[in-house]
This record gives sequence, structure tokens and C-alpha cells, in this order.
Amino acid sequence: MPAVSKGDGMRGLAVFISDIRNCKSKEAEIKRINKELANIRSKFKGDKALDGYSKKKYVCKLLFIFLLGHDIDFGHMEAVNLLSSNKYTEKQIGYLFISVLVNSNSDLISLINNAIKNDLSSRNPTFMNLALHCIANVGSREMAEAFAAEVPRILVAGDTMDSVKQSAALCLLRLNRTSPDLVLMGEWTARVVHLLNDQHLGVVTAATSLITTLAQKSPEDFKTSVSLAVARLSRIVSSASTDLQDYTYYFVAAPWLSVKLLRLLQCYPPPEDGAIRGRLTECLETILNKAQEPPKSKKVQHSNAKNAVLFEAISLIIHHDSEPTLLVRACNQLGQFLQHRETNLRYLALESMCTLASSEFSHEAVKTHIETVINALKSERDVSVRQRAVDLLYAMCDRSNAKQIVAEMLSYLETADYSIREEIVLKVAILAEKYAVDYTWYVDTILNLIRFAGDYVSDEVWYRVIQIVINRDEVQGYAAKTVFEALQAPACHENLVKVGGYILGEFGNLIAGDSRSSPLIQFDLLHSKFHLCSVPTRALLLSAYIKFINLFPEVKGTIQEVLRSDSQLRNADVELQQRAVEYLRLSSIASTDILATVLEEMPPFPERESSILAKLKRKKGPGNLHPDLDENRKERSANGGTVAASPTPSTDLLGLGSTITTQNSAPPASKGTSLLVDVFSENIAAFPVETPVAVGPVADENFSRDISYIPTVHWGTLGIFVGIQSWQSIQFINPKIPDMRCLPLAPFPSRFVCKNNGVLYENQLLQIGLKSEFRQNLGRMYVFFGNKTSTQFMNFGWPFTAPYCAFFLTVSLQLNVHAKPADPTVDGGAQLQQILNIECMSDFVDAPVLNIQFRYGGTLQNVAVKLPITLNKFFQPTEMTSQDFFQRWKQLGAPQQEVQKIFKAKHSMDTEVTKAKIMGFGAALLDGVDPNPSNFVGAGVIHTKTTQVGCLLRLEPNTQAQMYRLTLRTSRDTVSQRLCDLLSEQF
Amino acid sequence: MIRFILIQNRAGKTRLAKWYMQFDDDEKQKLIEEVHAVVTVRDAKHTNFVEFRNFKIIYRRYAGLYFCICVDVTDNNLAYLEGIHNFVEEAHWTLWPGSRVDLSVLTSQRQSSTQANWLTLASMLLPDINVLNEYFHNVCELDLVFNFYKVYTVVDEMFLAGEIRETSQTKVLKQLLMLQSLE
Repeated sequence: MPAVSKGDGMRGLAVFISDIRNCKSKEAEIKRINKELANIRSKFKGDKALDGYSKKKYVCKLLFIFLLGHDIDFGHMEAVNLLSSNKYTEKQIGYLFISVLVNSNSDLISLINNAIKNDLSSRNPTFMNLALHCIANVGSREMAEAFAAEVPRILVAGDTMDSVKQSAALCLLRLNRTSPDLVLMGEWTARVVHLLNDQHLGVVTAATSLITTLAQKSPEDFKTSVSLAVARLSRIVSSASTDLQDYTYYFVAAPWLSVKLLRLLQCYPPPEDGAIRGRLTECLETILNKAQEPPKSKKVQHSNAKNAVLFEAISLIIHHDSEPTLLVRACNQLGQFLQHRETNLRYLALESMCTLASSEFSHEAVKTHIETVINALKSERDVSVRQRAVDLLYAMCDRSNAKQIVAEMLSYLETADYSIREEIVLKVAILAEKYAVDYTWYVDTILNLIRFAGDYVSDEVWYRVIQIVINRDEVQGYAAKTVFEALQAPACHENLVKVGGYILGEFGNLIAGDSRSSPLIQFDLLHSKFHLCSVPTRALLLSAYIKFINLFPEVKGTIQEVLRSDSQLRNADVELQQRAVEYLRLSSIASTDILATVLEEMPPFPERESSILAKLKRKKGPGNLHPDLDENRKERSANGGTVAASPTPSTDLLGLGSTITTQNSAPPASKGTSLLVDVFSENIAAFPVETPVAVGPVADENFSRDISYIPTVHWGTLGIFVGIQSWQSIQFINPKIPDMRCLPLAPFPSRFVCKNNGVLYENQLLQIGLKSEFRQNLGRMYVFFGNKTSTQFMNFGWPFTAPYCAFFLTVSLQLNVHAKPADPTVDGGAQLQQILNIECMSDFVDAPVLNIQFRYGGTLQNVAVKLPITLNKFFQPTEMTSQDFFQRWKQLGAPQQEVQKIFKAKHSMDTEVTKAKIMGFGAALLDGVDPNPSNFVGAGVIHTKTTQVGCLLRLEPNTQAQMYRLTLRTSRDTVSQRLCDLLSEQF
Repeated sequence: MIRFILIQNRAGKTRLAKWYMQFDDDEKQKLIEEVHAVVTVRDAKHTNFVEFRNFKIIYRRYAGLYFCICVDVTDNNLAYLEGIHNFVEEAHWTLWPGSRVDLSVLTSQRQSSTQANWLTLASMLLPDINVLNEYFHNVCELDLVFNFYKVYTVVDEMFLAGEIRETSQTKVLKQLLMLQSLE
């Protein structure tokens, strides 16, 4: 039998544990446990009252069974009974059971709280500690409510024992973390801070944790702790190793307390008081000096404890970032550790140096260690150490060493662990862009990235290289030549095909003069990869082909032949088929001029924060104090010398990266202190004079009519407005495509279908609110732009585009939208109102797109939102009798006139809400028409300039199945379909 | 702050689990398995630190037992690494019955002479780290099993609310001896 101490030992428990350990199989163990559970249950239910010892023993057995991973559903009451025992061992088991097993919503909580209350007021330090530990371990809301007032009183009372103070301090910390609203420090603040002066270092240790947490939340209230902490630290570091007796650990004076005090000081800037500041500097110097002294012991515990303090001191030095001498000394110290035989120290030195690299005082000193760090990258056995080496190389990179670092990281990439490849790819891409002196190097680097680690090159990376090539004339020819050569490889990564397709489609003409890369050779090269590629890449290649037709009329025939082939025109994929059809048609009927306009070279992209950087930040996640996050700080460094990163990530029209953020923030909450709330109640001024803005290039009328059968041809215009994303995929305009990354437009919230006012869009900078009214085929929309920042937006403008104002469909516009050009500036906190006049020419599907562009903080911001102008807005309600309704219902009986949809309820099936939605949708709600009273019927007329379309609708809820059946009958099939789509989204 | 403390053996059996933030039971089980998977694949040449979700694990192996502390990424690695060792030594004193005699000698000496150097005594009495490894291999895992309810007391004396509560081995020992003398 293993060690079980006499006196307090529970023999029955030890026997039971031995039995369990001797079980040969899981089944035997379960059998033994069930036997024990039955035994305990019968004891608890028995007539004979159990004595405290037995109760303790059985509760302890239950606890053991629970810790083995079995469920326990009884014994809680017996455990609670143990709390009121006056024997320590019984009480302790009771509290342990409660801490491990009782969840906060237990109905026993009031009994437990009662026992805790008794123990807290018992004046028995042992019992008080048990009670405080229980509160600290459970930390529930109920306990906070019951004891948040009592615990601080115990903490600062003069007669409280030291060990109880320690527990009380940390108990309070736990309550503050879980229920900060209940823990009010106010009157106790000064006395809590004063605990830093306590004689008992254990009390100081516990109090320092409490004060640090409180100081992080309200630094102003606890700033007096700085001088006390410095004084305390100073006494510890200047003490001889034996002075602190109990608190000396392997010859290091109070290492944990020192670390805690240094962390507390990191809540504050350097002390303003010269004397305190001097004393702190002295402390830090002493700690750095001690690192150079010979060790007092060979044990690793000694050096670890010493270095724990040293690393924390270095953190404080970096946090203050104000003493060049200390920073450089810290750097030298870490430099020594880089070559230490202890892996732990090399790891920590790399990590710590990473933050040092961002200080202007020590950046140069860090750079001197580049060879050691590169060596670490090659030779370290632990992947986490290599990871830190990569981080440090990234942090120390500047113009002077970028080529070397990028080359090293590239060559490491070939052998790097899979887990960190993507991050290295991002880092290389960022460094290459940031420190590129000539862009040929940049293009080479990115192509190498794709070559070495194509699978890890995310879309952001290859989007970015294309943005840069498009924006820099000088590199376009080189890029075309390089991708052409890279594509010669028999097997190349799909990402390379994408980049190649895009760049040759734009700039293939720059290398077409060379007979080795003639247009036909370029095309054949691209097309040789076509069949091996995925659908999105093929779609991109098709766009490249149509661009070729414009660039090189001589290959038009060849390309048309390809487009015409069955594998394209009848491709099973809708996107590919549609592109093939449209491009073929476009190439055969459009004149050269039109082709040249539609397929013009992409305009430069607006300069903004690299989407790759945003991606890297996202990857790092919140709560990570990695230096990458502290980009501004890095930019401050003297050697940074690069384009300043935008202070806030811009909303990204191109859908490269930050679109996802935009999408997430798109459904705005129209409550709280919204900037726009008040404007909706105001009377809006009379119409200003408007001018039309949304007219695409004027096209030949016949031509337009001729191809107007094409369902969605927006490619040309959107190419110009939206750039790369639409180039890659037409899909983006189709709101049904679920892939958000292809959808840079923020869709309007669906509630706008039945509602005319509200907040349409909101991000960190901007809020867009709407108020609109519609009558027959006309509408007026007031758009409010609220500047949420404190600074002015410059060059505020909004090229207004409706997809059906697009180039191809100039004549058959379904919507006419007129707006007055905006005032080019919006002051901080101010709002701008704009009025749109809308005319519905004929029925339509796609909503107009609102594009906004403005300059904020030197960066061009783009926002694109769909306006909630939907077909049902032009609904006029029509009242009619039951007889009329059914007569018309029968008249509209042709199969194409009816559209029906059965769908699951997305919201609760409330009759009143449903009525309100149908009326909001625009139809008249007809009571007493349907024989079944739970059904809803409605009627109305859609007004367009050319026609009026009568509409009848019927909605049949099935509350049991939580389903609806919606039927629309109108005189026009497209209207039936559209209205059904819109309305079915509402329930 | 400390998010949780785990002591596991090489087979992945949990010998102690102490949680300082709310997790439901499924999540706890998942964490236990993940920690085991992360820690057991590492060898002696590796660091004692592993990134873990949004946190990091500081761990040290004593013979067949892994002592793991999960802390915030900004926390001081070495301080927690030695926090583990401090705890292990403490648990050793408390749970190893053979050491009880030595301890009582020690504590009575400490009472008579406050100048006594605890550290020299400790380095005389405390076994070397390798001996400790050996010791844990043979005795400690069983001790943890049979005395699990006492180990929780040791933990609560040294760590509370996710923070280090007391670091002095003598102070904790005195307290534990006092508690053990109570009925």
C-alpha cells in the first residue's frame, strides 16, 4: 500500500483506490465503481445518521469517481453538510467537492453561501481561508453578489492574519475578473495600494497581482502604486541573497515578486518624479549587472529564476522605450543568450529581441545579430524556435538588409515546416513589397514564392502583385516577360497560371514584338494550362482571352474558335458557359472602338494598406502582443523609411481581404447613439436641382438592342469601377452567389425590402442612413453620410452606378437615377445629405450600386453598397372584393404567370408581424378573401414607366411544420419571379 | 494569469486538473487531450514552452509526469517554469512520508533560530533534480493518486485565482503541517 498518512487517512478510500488501480479492464473498473456508488447511495439514504468521518469518506470517494471521468448525480447535499462541520478535514473535503463539482446555477448555492458566510465571520483563519479559496475557485455571479462587499473589508482589516490577507486579495481579484461591476474599490483603493508596503512578502505577492489587474483597468486610481513598487523592487534587488530568507529561491531574492512588481510598472509610463525614476533605473541596471556576474549555483533553477527577473526587466525597458543606454545593454544581453546552450534562453532571446527591433534606439543594435539569427533559422531543432527566428528576421528587416533577409526566408521556405509556411509566405510578400527598390526584384520574389510554396500563397498575395504591376508602368514589361518564362515550366502552380493569365491579358502586348512570345504563342501557352485548372482560374483565363482579342486582333479567329467549342459554350459550369457565350458574342458584334473601350487596360488601383498585412494581422489574432501588430510603432523607427500604414484598415472595394470585415459589419444596428438617428425625424428640405450622373458610355443603339437578350452583361463597366475582382469573376454582381470573397459589395439588409428608412451601412469611419418614399413608378431617396471620425473626409464623391446603366444597356435602362454631385468634404462628426430621384422604367432585378470614394488620413477609401431599391418599391396597393380577387386569380392562370415557393420560416410565425411585412412590401392586405383565415392574400400594381403589372399574392403558413407556401400571380413572369424571391426572404 | 494547471502521466491520464476560467466539461476534456498531444511529442532538446491556441503552455517533465501550466502569451515563461518546480518540491515535502521527519527537524530549527539558512538546509536535504525524477517515477504518481484531496490543498496554498499566491516553501510547509495536525 502506498503512502497514506495515519491520523487523517481514510482507509476505506485507500482500499477503494487500490481496487480501482488493480482493475484489469475498463469494464471491471466500471463494475467496481457502480458497486461503490450503490453502496454510498444506500449509506446516504439509510436510516442511520452518518457521522462526520463517514460522510467525509463517502463524499471523497464520490469526488474520486468524478475525477476519474464518471458522472456523479448525488452527494451534493452531503457535501454541503460537511461545510458546517467544525472539523477542518471534513470542511476541507466539503469545500473541495463544491469547488470541483458544483456549477454556479445549482440550487444549493444559497446553502453554500450561507456556510461561506459563517466561515468568513468565524475569525478562525483556517476556516476563513477555506471559504475564500472556495469563492476564488468558483467565482460565480451569485458569490460575487453575496461577498463582493465583505472580501475587501477582510483584506484591509487591521487584525486579519497574513495568510487570510493573501487569500482575500486574490479572491477579490477573481471577483473583479468575473463581475467587475460588483466590485467597487473606491474607498479601499488607498489601503489596497498600501499593501505593497506590507512586512509579509507573501501578502505583497498576492496584493501585487490584484493591484496590477486593477491598474490595467483604471490606471489613474492606482498610480500611487508606482513609487511603492519601485521602492519595494529596489529593496529586493539590492538585498544580499540571504536577506529575504524564506523568499530566496536558489540564491535569487524573491524572483516571483520581482517579476510581478516589474509587470505592475509596465502598466505605467516612466515615472515623472526624477528621484523615483533614478531609483528605478538603478534597479534595472543592477538586474542587468547581475546577469554578468558568475552564477551562485550551477542548478538550472538558479539561472532560470535570475533570468525570469532579467527578461521582465527587459520588457519594462522596452515598454518605457526611453533610455537608449538600457535598451542597447538589453540588446547586448539578449545577443549573448542567442548563442546560449539552453534552448529556452535562445527562444526567449529571439522573442524579446523582436520587440527591441521596433525601438528606434535599439533597432541598429538588433541588426548586428543578423547572422546568428539566420543561423538559428537553419540549425534549430525546435520548430517554435525557428518560428521566433522568422519573426525576428521580419522585425529587423529594413531597406539595408531586405534582400538578404528575403533571400534567406525564401530558401528556408523550401524546407520549412508546413505549419508555418503560410505565415512565412505572407511575411516575404510584405517585406518584398515594402522594401522593393526596383520592382523587378519584387516580381521575381513573388514568382519564387509561388514556385516554392504555391499551395501556401493565398489569394491576397497574388492579388497584390497584380495591383502593384498595374500601378507601376516601369515593371509591366518585365512582369509580362517573367510570367511568360515562368509559364514555360511543364508543371506550374495554378496561382502562377492566374497571375500569368492576368498579366498577359493586360500587358501581353509589351512582349509581343519578340517572335518567341508572339500573340499566338502566348495564347497557346496559356491555353495549354487551361484544362488542368479549376473553374475560377478557367473563368479568369476566359477573361484573359477576350482581352487578347482586343490586344491582338490577329488571334481573334483562334480564340473565337476556342470559345465556340462545345467544351466552352456548353460547359456544365454556368459561370464558364456564360462567359464563353458573352465573350463570343461580344467579340463578334462589337466594333473595334467599343472593344477597345470595354476591354481597356485596368486603371490604377487606389493606394491603401496592403491587404496582405491585414491578413497577417488577422492570422495573428487578438490578444497577441506580437510586434507585427504594432505597425505604427515600427513605422516610427528611423530606419522604417517606408510608406506609412493607414491608421485604420480601409474598406476595400476590391474585395481583397478587408471586404470580409466590411461584410461582417454590414448589417448595421440602428439603435444606440447612432449618428443618423435624429435626421429621420427632421423635415427634409425641398428638392435641390439634380443632374444625372449615371450614364455609361453612349453606345450604338442597334448594337445595344441586339445583345440586350444577354441576361447580365456588366463586365465592361464593372471592370472599370470595380477592377480586379470583377476581372477575375463576373459573379460578384450576382447577389445569390454565397462566396463572400467574390462579393465586394455590401448587400443591403433584407429588412429594407419592406422598410424605407434606416441605417444602410456602417463601418469604423462612415455611417450611411436612408429615408425614402415611392409613388407609382417614381421614388425619392435621401441618403445621409455620417462622418464618424473627428477629422474631415476629403474628395468625397460618389460615382453612381446602376448595373443596368451599364455600358451595354444604355437604351433599355430599367432604372433612371439622378443625383446631385456631392460636396467634396465632410467634416468630422458631420453628415451630408444627398437626394436621389429614381424612375423605374421597367421591371428589374439588380439593385443599383452606391460607390463612395473619399480620402481619409491620406488614404483613399472605397465603399460599395447596394441600394435597397427593389421592384416592390413601385407597388401600389389595390383593394378588392373576394369575388374580384378570385376572378383575377383565375385569369392569371397561365403556368408562366404563377411562381410558387415553399420555404422554411426563418423568424417566428407571428400573424401581426406577417401582416406588417406584407403591407410594408407594398401590397394591399385583403381580409376575408381566403376561406382559410390563417392565410394571407394581397393585391397591388407594380408601376413602371412603360407598363403596369397587376399582382396577386397568397401566403399560406403552416405553423406545425414551420413552413410557408408563397404563390405569386402577375401578368408578367419576370415580375412574378422577382416578387416571389424578394418576399420569400422576409419570413 | 494562469488559465489552468494540468498534471498528466505519459499515457495521458490526468493526475490533477485545476481550472481558473470557465470551461464546460466537454471543453475541459478536449483541452486535456490537446495538451497531452502537444506536450508528449516534444523532446528534451526542445524548449519548455509551447504555443497553445491563444495561450501558451509552460511545462516540465518529471520522470513519467508532465506538469503543465497554461498562461497568457505575455506572461513570464521562466517565472512559471520555476513556479512548477517550486510546487513540485513543495508537493514532494508534503506527500513523501519519509521526509516528514526531516521537515519537523527543519521547522523546529527555524523556530529556534531565525537566522538559519533555509537554503543551505534545503540543498542538503532536497534531492538533486535527477533524484527527484527518480522519486516521482516511483512514488509521486501514486502519491498524487492516493492523496489527491491533499494535492488540491497544496495547489490552493501556492496558486489562487490564476495567480501565484505564495512562493516561500517554508511558509507553505508550515501551513500544511499545521493543517495536517488538525482533525
